Amino acid sequence: MYRIRLHGRGGQGMKTASRIIGSAFFAEGFEVQDAPRYGAERRGAPIFAYVRASLRPILERGVIRRPDLVVVADESLVQVPAAGVLQGIDEHSLLLLDSLEPAEVWQERLKLQGPVLTMGSQAEGSSELPTVGARCAGAAARLVGVISRSALEGAIREELAGLGDTVVASNLETALASFDAFASDEGRVCPPEEAQLAPHTAPAWVDVPHDAAGISAPDVHGAATSVQVRTGLWRTVRPEIDAERCHGCSWICSTFCPDGAVLATPEGVPRIDYDHCKGCMICASVCPHHAIASVLERDAS
Amino acid sequence: MTRALLTGNGAAAWGARLAGVDYVPAFPITPQTEIIETIERWIEAGEMDARMVTLESEHSMVTAAGAAAATGVRVFSATSSQGLLYAMEMLYGVAGWRVPLVLVNVSRGVSAPVTLEPDHQDVLAARDSGFLQIHCSTCQEVLDGVLLAHRLAEDPRVRLPAIVNLDGFYLSFTREPVEIPSPEAVERFLPPFDAGSTRFRASTPIAQAVAVLGGGPYSYFRYEMHRAAEQALGVYAEIARDFARELGREQPAVATHRMDDAEIAIVMIGSFATKAMDAVDRMRETGRAVGLVRPRLLRPFPRDELQRVLSGARGVAVVDQNLSIGQGGVLHAELSAAIHGQPEAPPILASFIGGLGGRDITTEEFFEMVEVTRAAAEAGRPPPPRLLYTEEELREVRKLQGIALAERHEVGPGEAHASRAPEGSGS
Repeated sequence: MYRIRLHGRGGQGMKTASRIIGSAFFAEGFEVQDAPRYGAERRGAPIFAYVRASLRPILERGVIRRPDLVVVADESLVQVPAAGVLQGIDEHSLLLLDSLEPAEVWQERLKLQGPVLTMGSQAEGSSELPTVGARCAGAAARLVGVISRSALEGAIREELAGLGDTVVASNLETALASFDAFASDEGRVCPPEEAQLAPHTAPAWVDVPHDAAGISAPDVHGAATSVQVRTGLWRTVRPEIDAERCHGCSWICSTFCPDGAVLATPEGVPRIDYDHCKGCMICASVCPHHAIASVLERDAS
Repeated sequence: MTRALLTGNGAAAWGARLAGVDYVPAFPITPQTEIIETIERWIEAGEMDARMVTLESEHSMVTAAGAAAATGVRVFSATSSQGLLYAMEMLYGVAGWRVPLVLVNVSRGVSAPVTLEPDHQDVLAARDSGFLQIHCSTCQEVLDGVLLAHRLAEDPRVRLPAIVNLDGFYLSFTREPVEIPSPEAVERFLPPFDAGSTRFRASTPIAQAVAVLGGGPYSYFRYEMHRAAEQALGVYAEIARDFARELGREQPAVATHRMDDAEIAIVMIGSFATKAMDAVDRMRETGRAVGLVRPRLLRPFPRDELQRVLSGARGVAVVDQNLSIGQGGVLHAELSAAIHGQPEAPPILASFIGGLGGRDITTEEFFEMVEVTRAAAEAGRPPPPRLLYTEEELREVRKLQGIALAERHEVGPGEAHASRAPEGSGS
């Protein structure tokens, strides 16, 4: 069985990528299971999706614990513990990162036993990354080695139908280019032999003790703890205020900011709280003087 | 017939579409919303001829569903978790009206504390309402279950509403290959709804579900619901035969896997049962006589069939993804009542609580549950109930509690305080 996990941020198309890979496997005659996994969904938050494919009916369910292939659309997720990008990776797992840094750097940095591949996204000049999902899907399809170019193409047409010809065309172009670029790595993903799980290690079950209600009630006693949660880590794009152009009408940007992350000095000069700004860019769109620029997070000063 | 990749939610919507439902009262809730969104798109595109109305709550939604069903049209709706709980008064209500309708519940653990992930607490809260219950373990079963539920609920011998249950995430958002039957095949199995005497019209008003005092009439009407649900067992067997004939799939009230010579049986419901199947297969490879029993029908409870398939087993591991607070696993208690005192009944019925709030159940844990049950059978003494919970999970909670405690010390007990202004706010 092939077990693939895809990590990205809400909005990068990882769910769609998992569906493209799933549909392509299905077209090749595989039994398939694909699913996204998220909590309280929102753009920019870490999400992941997974795909299982096998020639036999799939009885496994839920999160993939020992992936054969992990695809990461956003390298900044590697350092976010909650994203769990490296969970269950061992010497057999292939890690594919969308990153401008070479694979060797990542291999060394993460001290990984298994193979690492990277793909750069230099071509993308805009602050939107509309086809990163397609690039991931194209690469993954080639790396498993059992998906044909035409099955990939069919899957993209199927999954993106309804988004219009232009979107389909640009995703096709990206995905197929990515598929072609990984020709020399075709079939690098090797599912292990199905493990004989007996004799097994018994789970370390514990008797949950009785605790006094003061401890066992699910209360949060601290106030304003949301300040501690650095939601700024979700950001892929950041607003940057051009002081030259800013007229100081901070009631506009600070009012429209859904997260209260545009603060104002007593003089009315807006300042962005990058610890909590999620990069939705509403401030940029409402600024009457076009004084707020959208800057890719990795290019930010 | 086509075979396509569908989520559990997509399969539920396809079930409603193929059943040719007339009326869909709706209210959104995660992880169900995709069902009503899908149906809404089809209606909008003219691919499905039904009326959808968004109500202001699940309580009103189930009321509308019951009222519409009383007019003799085919009704479908869907909800989850808190939505089902919010509708609870009307679940009992419309079941008492004796109107057939199908309600899909996408299982999700109930608050508090709040979660989005699944267990069966929500649907089991509706256990005694008079709704029949079909529990699914694959996306295919969701589509099939909606068709079976309509036919079962509408049968004049039954005429009770039915819930089709699927697990959030593990089925609701998970795509699997699903056979979508042709409308012709479905119509052979599920002809248009013949409402019979169910013909409520504004122009010819009737009093639906009148008040009865004194206990005698009340007992009669309530017990008649019970009788109808009991009848539903036999009716289900009939329609499952029809289903197999017309649509080519077996959907028995109690599904079994490798039970023929099984000494130890796992009993559970829902999507994790496929994981149990996998574990059973692996254990069989090492020569262990283990099997799986999965009641698809939970209301009515297929007592006789469960007695039959479990008779002769030395021990049973009951896995409950629910917790009756102060009692234990609901399925365990129900199964105990069903087999107690029966000849050939398994002497050991071990209770395991697992998978609460979407907590995974690993293959090793299935192995261990079987081992614990086998050891108990050897010793002739039932093991204490066991929550599937590891040392590591408890350590993790202790860590969170440590943080909460530190926070409490910092803030002080019950002390009012202004919210802290973030740095740089200048105010």
